[in-house]
Amino acid sequence: MAGLGRACLLLILAVCAYGIGAGLYSARFARARGERESWLDSARRCIYAVALLTTVAMAVLEVAFLRNDFRFYTVATTSSRTTPELYRAAAIWASQEGSLLLWTWLLSLWSSLILLLTRRRLRDAAPYAISILLGLCAFFDALMVFYANPFNTLRRIPAEGDGLDPLLRFPTMILHPPMLYSGYTLAMIPFAFGAGALIARRIDAQWIRLIRRFALASWLFLGIGILLGARWSFAELGWGGYWGWDPVENAALLPWLTGTAFIHSLMIQERRGMLKVWNASLVLATGTLAVMGTFLVRSGVLDSIHAFGASTLGVPFLVLIALLIGGSIYLVVSRRPLLRSEHRLESLLSREAAFLANNLVLVGLGFVVFWGTYFPLISKVVAGQQSSVGPPWFDRYTVPLALVLVALTGLGPLIPWRRASLAGLRRHLLPPLAVGAAVGLGLAVGGLGSSPSAVAAVSLCAFAIAVTAGEVVRGVRVRTAVAHELPAVALIRLVARNRRRYGGYLVHVGIALLLIGVAVSSSFMRQQERQLAVGQAVKVGPYTVRYVKPTASLLNGPDHTGATIDVGAVLEVSRNGRRQFLIKPSEGFYPTTEAGQGPVSALIGGQAVSHIAISAGIGGDFWSAIEPNIHTPRLTEILERANRIVQPTNATEAAVALAVLLREYLREAPPAQFNLISYPFVEWVWLGGLVGLLGALIALIPPPPPLLARARAKVGSLVGAVAEG
Amino acid sequence: MARPSRQTIRLTVTLSLAVILACGLIYTSFSAANPTVDPTTLLKEAQPGRAYELTGVVVAHSVRRVGETLTFQIADRQGGAAVTVDYSGEVPDPFREGREVIVTVRRGPGGTFVGERNSLITKCPSKYKAAPPAANRS
Repeated sequence: MAGLGRACLLLILAVCAYGIGAGLYSARFARARGERESWLDSARRCIYAVALLTTVAMAVLEVAFLRNDFRFYTVATTSSRTTPELYRAAAIWASQEGSLLLWTWLLSLWSSLILLLTRRRLRDAAPYAISILLGLCAFFDALMVFYANPFNTLRRIPAEGDGLDPLLRFPTMILHPPMLYSGYTLAMIPFAFGAGALIARRIDAQWIRLIRRFALASWLFLGIGILLGARWSFAELGWGGYWGWDPVENAALLPWLTGTAFIHSLMIQERRGMLKVWNASLVLATGTLAVMGTFLVRSGVLDSIHAFGASTLGVPFLVLIALLIGGSIYLVVSRRPLLRSEHRLESLLSREAAFLANNLVLVGLGFVVFWGTYFPLISKVVAGQQSSVGPPWFDRYTVPLALVLVALTGLGPLIPWRRASLAGLRRHLLPPLAVGAAVGLGLAVGGLGSSPSAVAAVSLCAFAIAVTAGEVVRGVRVRTAVAHELPAVALIRLVARNRRRYGGYLVHVGIALLLIGVAVSSSFMRQQERQLAVGQAVKVGPYTVRYVKPTASLLNGPDHTGATIDVGAVLEVSRNGRRQFLIKPSEGFYPTTEAGQGPVSALIGGQAVSHIAISAGIGGDFWSAIEPNIHTPRLTEILERANRIVQPTNATEAAVALAVLLREYLREAPPAQFNLISYPFVEWVWLGGLVGLLGALIALIPPPPPLLARARAKVGSLVGAVAEG
Repeated sequence: MARPSRQTIRLTVTLSLAVILACGLIYTSFSAANPTVDPTTLLKEAQPGRAYELTGVVVAHSVRRVGETLTFQIADRQGGAAVTVDYSGEVPDPFREGREVIVTVRRGPGGTFVGERNSLITKCPSKYKAAPPAANRS
């Protein structure tokens, strides 16, 4: 099986080399039209072949994981028999080599999709785009062949694997990498076609139209990946936050920010033929940032919680990034005469100007995040001393920029294209402004004035939501008046007829809700880290938390993540003397294959992972984590005695020893360390994220083909005639 | 001399603003940044009151908790010098002896260093598998 996988990787290299040659030959040297077409078709089939070969390679590796085939080095180091099956299936992307294979697989699949959709279009740009996409596939494939082969096998096959890191045994982590990588790889499609169009000097509106959905899909998948990662951070890691400005988080945020700018600015190009240089630059920058994000995680160049350290992939990635940046700059500069705007900005009070301002803010945000993320490298080069900036530095710049962005999000839909009249703008602006002001005043009077930035953020978000609601209400009113439809029917048809516009509005609402969650939860969270004995209580914001009793379970922990033992507590949370709810945080202890531990200690000597308990509500969450002390002298003595008595191969004896240990723990539980947080409005972060992603999904759904639309209209009129008759 | 067009004025103003903001950002990043150091460099160069990002490996048998304070030693990745850190705040799950950590510290009394609250991060161990030893490769 490993041989088949290795053969696939080698074949992919050969197919990519042939396909790149065929693509370039069809564009540069093939003279007759028929010859050109046949070479282009041949190059296109190479992408399909790469998709097929990577699918086979993925299947081989997946089967190895599911069958616990520890001959595979990757399986032996990232999976084990005790890893639950669901997580074993997803462990493929927990390793460096597995994630490289996932990248290549997704890139080949998405590339195949766009080539299927554009079979008879973009004939001039396609050869170059195919060559670029195959070049990227070849690059990632070569990394696997020469640096990190997922099909490396071991001569001495271990009886048991190291297991999937328990921190990754969390539902959202099954989907997080594929979503994020889909976002990254989808960003390469507009990159390849944009570069292809620039090389071929065919910079008409067609390439923008064709790649628009892929740019939006990339944005959507990156958004899902970022949201799932934030949820994992919040509900699995024991620190209690969802965003820490970690370099790897920032790496995913950067192409998302430039992608957001592109999705807005391409509307100006479609409508007014403006900002062509800007759009070409954004497409190329987004693709390059996607590769840089992948580089950052794999090179070990920055200290990050997630980075793959001690890696040898840094140099090849740097060469690729240098090529992408150099090539992009050359293409934009050399094709500048072809990218002239067809119109000029007529007024600062126009939608074009608002979109341009929105773009500048988004790119400004991107610059801040880029600078802060890569600052350790920059400072090393400039000052000779590696330094880094922390979350307060990021907050200082991103908070005001985000506030300006929300204000522009509200303003944009109200301003017409080309030129707005002040009177008209005032008429449309006053009601949502009044809503924003009223919300701000209410918050200040309600005692939340201690955080002016939070009040400003919530007010601006309320303003943006009010603008969107006003736009939707206006549209529904028009339909009910003109077409005599019921409001609900009018709303559905309004959205269905213009999915892109109303999907976009829903995204705005989602982002506003998310920002409300971020502003309120970060400004008004209350946290206590305390050591508590059974019966003791502590005040956390408006709540009083009492440690009622310890809990312990053997082999069947509440999270079903394969923990050997799970030790926790029952906490009673009350407010104003009234019991609100019980909450049960715990910590799972996992086995280890490290040598030198006794047979019983080895069962619990691996990673210890918090199983966070959250009582969630729309008004706020109560978040709790526990770090129990199972290393008291009494418990250590029991464990050491068990290590001496129990036979290494006798699982029953080991389980009995652990049961004794847990019984002793429950009999006289030592004080445990608790991390307790009252988090107002934090659910709005997830709710807003979901609403925004739903909006993007609506915007992504293609309109029905003309024939189908005509048939539907015909059926509708027939049904109407029958009803009237 | 021809008067500059409105578009040129707008472009100049926008670019000037962008340059001013970028300069401010660059200046504050250098002034607000903490040097990243290993224990050997920290012991040599630490100045009182200044914060440093200390990176290294948690020394075996050095971790102990007294009340809310977690005390541990961090050594260079290749061994050698070690510094003692008194830390309070969130302790990430993967934190344990032998793991690589990053923590923001300031010089404290008696040769110890005080960790900034909630600044401790631990590298994810799953991402640090070295390539299989050549002797065990088939």
